[in-house]
Amino acid sequence: MTDLLSLDGVTAHYGLFQALHGITLSARAGETIALVGANGAGKTTLMRTICGDLPAGGRIFLHGKDITGIPAHRLNAMGIAMVPEGRKLFPSLTVDENTQIGGYTKRPGAWSREAVYDLFPELIKRRANKALDLSGGEQQMVAIGRALMSNPDLLLMDEISLGLAPIVVNQIYEAVDKIRAAGTTIVLVEQDIGRGLSVATHVYCLLEGRVSLEGKPADLSQKALTDAYFGV
Amino acid sequence: MTALQTQHRIGAALALVTLAALISVPYWGSAYLQRSIVEFLYFLALAQIWNFMAGYAGMFSIGQQAWVGVGAYALIVLAQDLGLNPFWAVPLTGVIAAVFALPTSWLLFRLKGAYFAVASWVIAETIRLAVNADINWLGGGRGRSLTTMGQFERGFREDVTYLLVVGITILSLVLMVWMLRSRIGLGLMAMRDNAAGAGGVGVAVNRTRRIVYLAASGLAGVVGALIFMSALNVRPDAAFSINWVAYPIFIVIIGGIGTIEGPIIGAIVFYILREYLDDFEAWSLLAFGLIAIAMMLFAPKGIWGSIQSRWDIELFPIRRRLPARFSTPSTQET
Amino acid sequence: MDIFYASVNGVLLGGLYALYGLGLALTFGIMRTINLAHGDMIVFGSFMSLVVTRVLGLPALASLVVLIPAMFLLGRLFQERVMNRSLGEGIMPSIILTFGLSVVIQNALLLTFSADRQTLSAGQLQTMSLPLTEDFAIGVLPLMTLCVVIVLLIALNWFFRHTMLGRAFRATSDDPEVVALMGIDPRRTYGLAMGLAFAIIAITGVFMGLRTNFAPFDGPARLIFAFEVIIIGGMGSIQGVLIGGVILGVAQTMGNLVNPAFFQLSGHVATLLVLAIRPSGLFPETIERD
Ligand SMILES: Nc1ncnc2c1ncn2[C@@H]1O[C@H](COP(=O)(O)OP(=O)(O)OP(=O)(O)O)[C@@H](O)[C@H]1O
Ligand SMILES: [Mg+2]
Repeated sequence: MTDLLSLDGVTAHYGLFQALHGITLSARAGETIALVGANGAGKTTLMRTICGDLPAGGRIFLHGKDITGIPAHRLNAMGIAMVPEGRKLFPSLTVDENTQIGGYTKRPGAWSREAVYDLFPELIKRRANKALDLSGGEQQMVAIGRALMSNPDLLLMDEISLGLAPIVVNQIYEAVDKIRAAGTTIVLVEQDIGRGLSVATHVYCLLEGRVSLEGKPADLSQKALTDAYFGV
Repeated sequence: MTALQTQHRIGAALALVTLAALISVPYWGSAYLQRSIVEFLYFLALAQIWNFMAGYAGMFSIGQQAWVGVGAYALIVLAQDLGLNPFWAVPLTGVIAAVFALPTSWLLFRLKGAYFAVASWVIAETIRLAVNADINWLGGGRGRSLTTMGQFERGFREDVTYLLVVGITILSLVLMVWMLRSRIGLGLMAMRDNAAGAGGVGVAVNRTRRIVYLAASGLAGVVGALIFMSALNVRPDAAFSINWVAYPIFIVIIGGIGTIEGPIIGAIVFYILREYLDDFEAWSLLAFGLIAIAMMLFAPKGIWGSIQSRWDIELFPIRRRLPARFSTPSTQET
Repeated sequence: MDIFYASVNGVLLGGLYALYGLGLALTFGIMRTINLAHGDMIVFGSFMSLVVTRVLGLPALASLVVLIPAMFLLGRLFQERVMNRSLGEGIMPSIILTFGLSVVIQNALLLTFSADRQTLSAGQLQTMSLPLTEDFAIGVLPLMTLCVVIVLLIALNWFFRHTMLGRAFRATSDDPEVVALMGIDPRRTYGLAMGLAFAIIAITGVFMGLRTNFAPFDGPARLIFAFEVIIIGGMGSIQGVLIGGVILGVAQTMGNLVNPAFFQLSGHVATLLVLAIRPSGLFPETIERD
């Protein structure tokens, strides 16, 4: 069986600065990959190269098909959705409209506006509000709902717990569990290593643009992880 | 001696030879040559001034004609109404233009990007219409003549005007190089790299921009006074014509924005095209429009910018040379 | 009574000005670039209508059937082939490109049609009027222009709120990078938006040509009114153009009442006042983007 996503020696640059040095990674359908690493390790950069937001070197495959160099707006229709770092909602659109715009490509599947509101019932009464009038947690929910609307095979989520109260984080991770249960393959970036390990089927630790450690959460010792994280 | 120093010496030598040639023209050149050079130089000066504002300080004005017109009318008032010697009145016209520009900076500096550009144009149009409206003093739409120039013999008049135009062109160039090398240049560079960061350094950003804006307006005023000193008649339509900013923009874009050398090259190209297509004004303007579009699409750094990025040449020592970049944080639209 | 008549005329004039501003508000609101050739495109539209009416023998209003789709295509091509090449580099490229285009259009029109002033004709429509009082009547055509703007605004409002493409336009205006993650190609959106703007410009050109005569170099004067409308109404605000147009129109007719030389001047002064007091206009809609 081929992997749903596989990366082979992926590199990325910001001008002259090389942010990723040959990342090789793979995810089978239904898996949840956690990317961990210190600030500036290249997690966001890696997510952006996968979703086509940033040009990449090396090769990226989705369902065994080479998708390197395909721009972001076409990858969405091919099954990749992204919850960007910092949520990036459309400020002049309402909650409802933000959600709807996620379904722009009309990819068929189980997710619909109703299903998203079932997942996040607290959004129902805020449907008509402008996205920026919401609390951070609610905004994060809209961002996830917006990504789900395209019925992705691969859902990328960058720091969905950032700046949120623990209760809200729990709530959001409950939703993540439901999304996983529905069979969606997930790659998520998490600052909180414990949280990352608890949801992931496979963990990759990044250090200065390279994979410093990978494995199943159960197989990784605390010591090995901290070393890989800080680059000791 | 480094390559850069060599280049600067070449630049200095070129500048000196050109200067000597220019100053000596009245002794050997024909009246026609002299008039052509005058026309060439005031477009060059206006281009250089606009380049200074837009290319270095990120202020994209399409209202510089306001200060050309104010300078021209200031000359009328000073020489014709107050009886000053018109030649001595010239520097004063710059001061007057800058004084008029000051209150507009209060309005403009609250605006960014597109708003700044459009508002500067509206201001220029407002001034034109105000002069045009039946103000008898300034002659309304028919304008006024500079009859007081009649006191000088024609050859003398033309020679002095010529030397003044050469002088203002050089002055604007020197002033610009000097400002770019001073702390103002440093401030401009910080502004281009990061408006917010430069703002953090102090309130200096707006002060720097204001100094550049007022200097540019004052210089444009002097150029305006000189243009109409040779024309001998000032009408609002001519004095506040959008061409006083449109042609300089073409020149800067063709030559290379954000460089000192670029506008000089642009002005030469502009002048040749204009002379060549003189009998077909519509065709020559059409050509300018197409060239500007083509330049923007295929060589946005202009002729000099393209040469420079290929061979890394710099004839004028700006030292803190700034790359010709277009999106500066301070000018990005909202 | 004079003041009342002047206001009515100002409001009617405002209808035409709102039409001037509408295309520009669309371009600025969605692409956030400024189109210095906007006024010249309007004049170009008037000339094209002239050509269509002459060649096909259609009345001016009917020429829109040809003009709207043609201008839509032209706008789309212009955006996709020219303007999209310099996206993301600030406003300078858009200013230069459209500035060049403006000069090109003016001189191409001059070379093709000469400098003579032209008019479009719609027969009786241009002379019909509704008498309000014994000595004051309002023209049917100006009233029609106002109605056209209002209908356009309602239609656009519906389009932006209730269609997927309309939402995509607004989202692209907010953030052209994130919108790509939703499967929307901002370049295509921009092309469609410019097409839409040009289609509206076609309508504007026809109504302008019916109201006044026109010549190749009239563009900049239209452009400055269009800018004033969107500055007063709030740059990028579609709905703001109506109020912007009306304020500009009334300011001009009021100035005119004082002294005919103050007609345009008072419009400029009103604009500068708005800029001084509320730089973002009366109904700012576009969200600040950094
Ligand atoms: N737009 C950019 N331009 C230039 N350099 C960038 C840019 N974005 C990121 N970088 C650099 O690339 C490297 C990787 O950044 P990235 O944002 O991918 O890290 P990260 O692991 O997501 O960090 P964080 O945990 O802080 O989100 C960093 O050194 C960063 O400074
Ligand atoms: Mg990150």
